[in-house]
Amino acid sequence: MNKRKDIKAIVIGASAGGLYALKKLLPALPASFPCPVLVVQHLSPHSDNYMVRMLDELSPLVVKEADEKEPVIPGTVYVAPPDYHLLVEEDFTLSLSVEEKVNYSRPAIDVLFETAADAYGRHLMGIILTGANADGANGLLAVKKRGGFTIVQQPEDAESQAMPKAAIELVKPHKIFTLDEIITFLSKGDFCSK
Amino acid sequence: MQENDISTVENIELELLLQAVYLQYGYDFRNYSRAHVKRRVKHRLVQEGMKSISELQNQILHDKTAFDRLVRDLSINVTEMFRNPAFYKSVREKVIPILKTYPYLKIWHAGCATGEEVFSFAIMLKEEGLLERTQIYATDFNPYIIKKARNGIFPIRYIKEYTANYQKAGGLESFSDYYHANDELVIFDKNLSKNMVFAEHNLVTDSVFAEVNMIVCRNVLIYFNNNLQNKVLHLFHKSLVVGGFLALGTKESLMFSDEEKKYKVIDPKQKIFKKKYE
Repeated sequence: MNKRKDIKAIVIGASAGGLYALKKLLPALPASFPCPVLVVQHLSPHSDNYMVRMLDELSPLVVKEADEKEPVIPGTVYVAPPDYHLLVEEDFTLSLSVEEKVNYSRPAIDVLFETAADAYGRHLMGIILTGANADGANGLLAVKKRGGFTIVQQPEDAESQAMPKAAIELVKPHKIFTLDEIITFLSKGDFCSK
Repeated sequence: MQENDISTVENIELELLLQAVYLQYGYDFRNYSRAHVKRRVKHRLVQEGMKSISELQNQILHDKTAFDRLVRDLSINVTEMFRNPAFYKSVREKVIPILKTYPYLKIWHAGCATGEEVFSFAIMLKEEGLLERTQIYATDFNPYIIKKARNGIFPIRYIKEYTANYQKAGGLESFSDYYHANDELVIFDKNLSKNMVFAEHNLVTDSVFAEVNMIVCRNVLIYFNNNLQNKVLHLFHKSLVVGGFLALGTKESLMFSDEEKKYKVIDPKQKIFKKKYE
C-alpha cells in the first residue's frame, strides 16, 4: 500500500456507534486533505442536519449534506442526507434516490460504495467502521474487486462489532485497523493522487 | 477481462439497452441519472438470473412482459401518506390561504406513484374546505401504478406511522375517520377521490395537458440529469397559471436551473415556489 498514491476519493460507512467514531475521525483530517470524503452514517429518517452541522463545526474540512448533481470536490466531506440513498455518477457528481431501503437502511452504505466503485475504479478507498448490521460488506467487496483499497475497523475496537465483522469475513480487506490507526493513516493523506 | 474493462463493456451494454427500450417501447430513460438506472438494471439481471445486460436486452426486445418487469424496477414507488409532515404544514400555512381566493382549482400531482400523497392532499383540501372545488390530476408513467393509485387502498401495516405524520402535518380531525380498515388494508373514503383523475403521463416524452394552480412533484427530478430536469421544469412552468405554486422534494431545487428566476421562493426548506408575473 505504501506505494499507492493514486486514490481519488474515500468512502466511509458507519452505523451504530458511528457518530462517535466520525466525531473523532473527521476533525483529525487537515484542511489541506487532498481527497474528497463521502460518508454514509445510518440515521433515523426524521433526523435533522444536527450531525452535519456539528461535524462541520469540529472539522477543518468543509462537512456538508450531499446535494443532488453536486460535483465532488477534494477537501470536502459529503454526508448522505437522512432518508436518501447517496450515489456517485461516473462524471463524479452526486445523485440522491428514495428507492427501497437496502439492508433495511436508507441511506445504505452498499449503494454509495457500489456506485463509487463504478465511478472511481481502483482510485477509491473504502472504510467500514462500527455498526450493528451487515450493510457495507457487499459494497466494500465491490471496491476491492475494482482494485480499490479497503480498510475495516478492528471489531474489538468498534462500539458495535457486527458490521466490521461481516465486512472482514466477506472482503478480506487490505487493512484491519483500530480507529486511532485509521486516523493516523488517513491524516497523512499521502495516498491521494495529486 | 480486467474488472475495469468489464465496467466499460457494461456501460456500452447499458447505453444500448436504453436505446433499445426507447426505440421499441417509447420509454426514454436515456437522460435518467445513470448510476441509478445501472443499479436498477443490475437488480433486474439478478432477478432474471442473467449474466449480462446484452442478454437482458435480447429478452426485453422480444418479450413485452420482460420489459414490463424492467419498467416496474425503474419506477420508484416508495412513498407514504403525509411524507415529511413539515411540508404539508407549510402548504397549509403558506399556500392554502392563497388557493382559497380562487373559485375553482386544479392541482397536478406529477409522478404520483401509488397515490399516498394524492390522498393526503385530498384530506388536507377537505379540511380546508377546498376539496369540492378542486380538480385533482394524478399522473405517473407507470400504468400498473396508476391502476393501484386510483383505488385509494393501502396496506394497513404503515397506518400508525401515517397517523403520526397526519397529526404532525397539522391534521384537524381524527385520521381514522377517513378510511375503513380490515385485517390487511385501509380503504379511503370514496368522497376523497370524487374529483381525482388518474392518468398515464410521461414527464420525459409527453407535454402540457392542463393549466393548473399547483404542481406537486416531489422526489422525481432527482432521477433526471440536468438537461432533463430543465426540460421538465420548463413543462411545469408552461403548465402553471401565473401565481401558481410548484412544490418539489426536500433535496430538490431550482437553484441550478434556467427556471430559477421565474419563481419566487415561498418556503426555501420545504421547496415551495410561486410562478412570477412576467
